Amino acid sequence: MPVPSLSILDLHASIGDKPILKGLTLEIPKGEVHAIMGKNGSGKSTLAKIMAGHPDYTVTSGDVLLDGESILGMEPDVRARLGLFLAFQYPMEIPGVTIANFIRAALQSRLPEGEDIDAIDYYENLYKKMDLLSMSRSFTSRSVNEGFSGGEKKRCEILQMAMLQPSYAVLDETDSGLDIDALKIVSAGVNSLRGPNIGMLVITHYQRLLDYIVPDKVHVMSEGRIILSGEKDLALKLEAEGYDWVEKEYQAA
Amino acid sequence: MSTETKPQIDIDRSAGDFRYEMDYAYDAGVGLTEATIDYISDVKGDPDWVRAFRKEGYRKFLEKPMPTNWATKDLDNIVFENIRYYLAQGQQASRSWDDVPAEMKETFERLGIPEQERKFLAGVEAQFDSEAAYSNIKAAVGEQGVIFVGSTDGLKEHPELFKKWFGKVIPSGDNKFSALNSAVFSGGSFIYVPPGVKVKHPLQAYFRINAQNFGQFERTLIIADEGAEVTYMEGCTAPKFETATLHSAVVELVAMKGAKIQYITVQNWSSNVFNLVTKRGLAHEDAEIKWIDCNIGSRLTMKYPGVVMKGKGARGEVVSIALAGDGQHQDTGAKMIHAADNTTSNIISKSISLGTGRSTYRGMVHVPKHLKGCKNNTECDALLINSHSRTDTYPAISVRGQGNAVQHEASVSQISSEQIFYMQQRGLSEAAAMSLAVNGFVNDLVQQFPMEYSVELKRLIDLEMEGSVG
Ligand SMILES: Nc1ncnc2c1ncn2[C@@H]1O[C@H](COP(=O)(O)OP(=O)(O)O)[C@@H](O)[C@H]1O
Ligand SMILES: [Mg+2]
Repeated sequence: MPVPSLSILDLHASIGDKPILKGLTLEIPKGEVHAIMGKNGSGKSTLAKIMAGHPDYTVTSGDVLLDGESILGMEPDVRARLGLFLAFQYPMEIPGVTIANFIRAALQSRLPEGEDIDAIDYYENLYKKMDLLSMSRSFTSRSVNEGFSGGEKKRCEILQMAMLQPSYAVLDETDSGLDIDALKIVSAGVNSLRGPNIGMLVITHYQRLLDYIVPDKVHVMSEGRIILSGEKDLALKLEAEGYDWVEKEYQAA
Repeated sequence: MSTETKPQIDIDRSAGDFRYEMDYAYDAGVGLTEATIDYISDVKGDPDWVRAFRKEGYRKFLEKPMPTNWATKDLDNIVFENIRYYLAQGQQASRSWDDVPAEMKETFERLGIPEQERKFLAGVEAQFDSEAAYSNIKAAVGEQGVIFVGSTDGLKEHPELFKKWFGKVIPSGDNKFSALNSAVFSGGSFIYVPPGVKVKHPLQAYFRINAQNFGQFERTLIIADEGAEVTYMEGCTAPKFETATLHSAVVELVAMKGAKIQYITVQNWSSNVFNLVTKRGLAHEDAEIKWIDCNIGSRLTMKYPGVVMKGKGARGEVVSIALAGDGQHQDTGAKMIHAADNTTSNIISKSISLGTGRSTYRGMVHVPKHLKGCKNNTECDALLINSHSRTDTYPAISVRGQGNAVQHEASVSQISSEQIFYMQQRGLSEAAAMSLAVNGFVNDLVQQFPMEYSVELKRLIDLEMEGSVG
């Protein structure tokens, strides 16, 4: 059996009749961290949402395989329970639903009918993960993302990821809205989750994040395609020289 | 107890949807005439004044127009001639479940009533169609002088107390349906709590409709004497029928000086029930009356619990949750009548409309000009689950005079597809995501319910959501 991976094969997708992904191919082997960099509007969030099964987008051709199995026909929750996690660029507010109850419901959804989460173990685990992300205990009783600062929302996404232990995680601009201290804490949280049992795709348009979450590979995205892939120092070069040269080289080729 | 399903029962997924074939010993037949009323009075052995009260109610029922000038035209679909107004087995309300007729006992066991009684209730009354099948109060509570019996026993055994307040908070001619109830009432509870007695655990009544084409008209009167405190809870269910069923209760509460009454309803009527209920409390000086009202199910519910704050410093509160599923209409609200200085009222209403379901809030707050130091707070929030849903708010707030304060807030919100997607991305099915969001919407109100009821409420919301999403 080949190395398990999350792989995107020549993916074309549109919203309405506007094509956004135009033949995107990418493979994230389990155990690796890949980064996607690209200008605003290049289609990064669209890619993330399509993988997660957002109903607004239409896949016109291509495929997304999770450990060899196509997930495109599946409901978003089925993909999630299969091990795919998306840390949202803009996490939604769920008024009246506490973080503790939300994460508990998410864990519960992974159990067979009739089986229940053990409350004591659950809170022990939750508090441990919160400590890791320097989150105050009082957070558990706040409604999901309601009235959170940008940084708190991002921390809360990583908390959920830590609790749900996905096999593949897509982190969409987890660095945006974070000051340098928060960035360090969130990155440390993400790094602590790295390991052979998870593949990560980190989306960003600043290389700053990649100083803290050091990727195994860097991909450059432009207009719905990956136009260049390289090692981690590619991020530094992009930071120093911008994206234009990549696009020119791509067009020339 | 035997749990095997008997052949004459048909059961469905929802907990309340089953029924038993019954041979009723007493059946007032179909339709309503003066003879129907005499039949009921004869069977029940009513004293003369009650018979006269019924006839008076009947006359007013005939006189009063349907409230369709302001309410829904669906009311015109009630065919009074097709309804059966009294059905009973001639049972005396038993004090032991062992003496309850088998079908009735099984019904309540399936609804979990005896179990709840053992766990957390101070007393239970269980009504099957027109009459109570079971009525009992814990010995310790009875020894404090608390009376908890059916309305028939109440008027026979405690005529002085009963007569003094019966029909005084809600006159029979208050509206067409209170008049109808006055004509044919049967069942319901009579509660008296002596001065200073604080009943620790709730008293509960459960109203069960078993028969088709039937009208249930219970009548409840609760009196908390000076400084007394009591919590009463009612639950209700009916099986699903093809034909319309009518539930039209009258509930009167009297809180004497410094008394506190909390009245909690969790109704889960099947979608063929017209639920047209009049509920009002009279709060004397420094007394407090709180209605906690949760309306799930029914074809049409019209219910506006009210408090008349008659004594200085009295407080009235209505906390209500309404869930209008596909094809249902929840027309609910509150009435707050300030009739003394320094009285305070609070209304919090949350409604959820699903599919073609429709929620209407009607509020009435009245503070006359001569009063001082009165306050009202009204909050009503509506949640729409999809674009077919409809919600209307009709607040009628008349606050006059100086130094009276009123505050009113209303909101309408929707669960967005982005919220659902977010929750689904965490592994929740679409239905579970909906349930969670709806539970979140009502969460702050649900906290006010006793634990056992909030669990039940959550379960009912989950069931509704499951049904609403493919
Ligand atoms: N819901 C939508 N409706 C119309 N256009 C959209 C929608 N979502 C994204 N787009 C368009 O798709 C392109 C890619 O957007 P996005 O994936 O958010 O880019 P990125 O995350 O790289 O900034 C942009 O041109 C954006 O305007
Ligand atoms: Mg984006």
